[in-house]
Amino acid sequence: MSWDWSVIVEYFPRLVDGIWVTLELVFLSGLLGLLLAVPLALMRASHNPWLRALPFGYIFFFRGTPLLVQIFLIYYGASQFEAVRESVLWPVLREPYWCAIIAFTLNTAAYSAELIRGAIHAIPKGELEAADAFGMSKAMKVRRIVLPRAFGIVLPAYGNELILMLKSSSLASTITLLDITGAARTIIARTYTPLEIFLAAGVLYLIITAVMIGCFRLLEMRLNRHQHYKMPAELTAVDPRLKD
Amino acid sequence: MDLLGFGDLLLSGTWVTVKLALTSLVFGLILGLLGATAKLSRFWPARALATLYTTLIRGIPELLLVLTIYFGGSMILMAIAEQFGYTDYIEISAFAAGVAALSIAFGAYSTEVFRGAIQAIPKGQWESAQALGMTPLKTFFRIILPQVWRLALPGLGNLFQVLLKDTALVSVVGLNDLMRQAYVATGSTNQPFTFYMAAALIYLGLTVLSTGMTAWLERRANPADRRAAA
Repeated sequence: MSWDWSVIVEYFPRLVDGIWVTLELVFLSGLLGLLLAVPLALMRASHNPWLRALPFGYIFFFRGTPLLVQIFLIYYGASQFEAVRESVLWPVLREPYWCAIIAFTLNTAAYSAELIRGAIHAIPKGELEAADAFGMSKAMKVRRIVLPRAFGIVLPAYGNELILMLKSSSLASTITLLDITGAARTIIARTYTPLEIFLAAGVLYLIITAVMIGCFRLLEMRLNRHQHYKMPAELTAVDPRLKD
Repeated sequence: MDLLGFGDLLLSGTWVTVKLALTSLVFGLILGLLGATAKLSRFWPARALATLYTTLIRGIPELLLVLTIYFGGSMILMAIAEQFGYTDYIEISAFAAGVAALSIAFGAYSTEVFRGAIQAIPKGQWESAQALGMTPLKTFFRIILPQVWRLALPGLGNLFQVLLKDTALVSVVGLNDLMRQAYVATGSTNQPFTFYMAAALIYLGLTVLSTGMTAWLERRANPADRRAAA
């Protein structure tokens, strides 16, 4: 076995191009997924059993089946129906890029909805009762108390979900997209140096993961800053009870 | 289940998927236990190695791992065999590559589950075992491990679900699993939605089955909770 560093150097720009595709896939579908997840989670936490059933079925299906099947179902499956091929949606559903975005969005929305639902349940009951006592309407309570609190609680878990998404985004390479993994596979098809190129691709994924973990730490400190708040010294000097 | 005459094909693929998942589970559990033992060891190189293993594997896509082992594994094996004077071509089967990749991934995640479970056992139990004159090894196998099973079960159940779904990735390197057979059926019938939906529903059935199994095992492992619930 010969190890060839030069092949990494030569094809590195191609892998770097793949980074942008990977990041676009993760952040676009992460954002759309979050927008879809919030109403799903609110429905899931509702008291009406009919309203709860719909998101339950959706979450059950998308969490219980492999992402690869979901991608193929959308990319290959949609073309089975004449009605889809003749509809205005066809130019979108024909593109592997948009199919990947749709599949990732639907998938991550299901996982995130469960996380947000858990966070909504974790909000101390007293805070919701306090909102009621102030005479807040249901919508205002959701907007001002439930969602901001839920986001602070869900953040660490959501960071993990986004990292899992980053790893899942490599599946886009199975429908011809040139993300990091896709670029690596096309390079290897030409050079036949799988170990070198996959190593380089793996290192890129590790770096992105590390950066994402760092960003989430910062965001967490900002959103949950009430937990780290320290009373200014002048105030505690006046009244020591303010310390805690 | 007929599905235009492809039902049997899908069932045979399902069987391959199940075999792959269970084989990887066995090796993954062994790797996880080894990893957790290394992480809790007093010997720092073992700790460093285990930390490297879990950080690297958890940051790399499983698909990349499958591809690396399938395409790169035979190169490494041939290089090793060459040292012993064997110069023929060695090829790794898709199944073997799948088992290797999935158990390495499962091992990295289960290392953390096992570590948490071992640490959750009160220190006093180690001390009392020592007071009874047990060696650390004996304490581990007789006192700690039987309890780890109960504590680790919920976490391991979740990981097995992930593993079950990740088996679909091995179809990318040509293993005749459920996913691959759905693809084959699609090729000759031109009905992709039908077959991928059938595959999705079979996967759904498998995950429901594994959830049920985990719940049953959890109830069995926790006689105290069972009595409290009754």
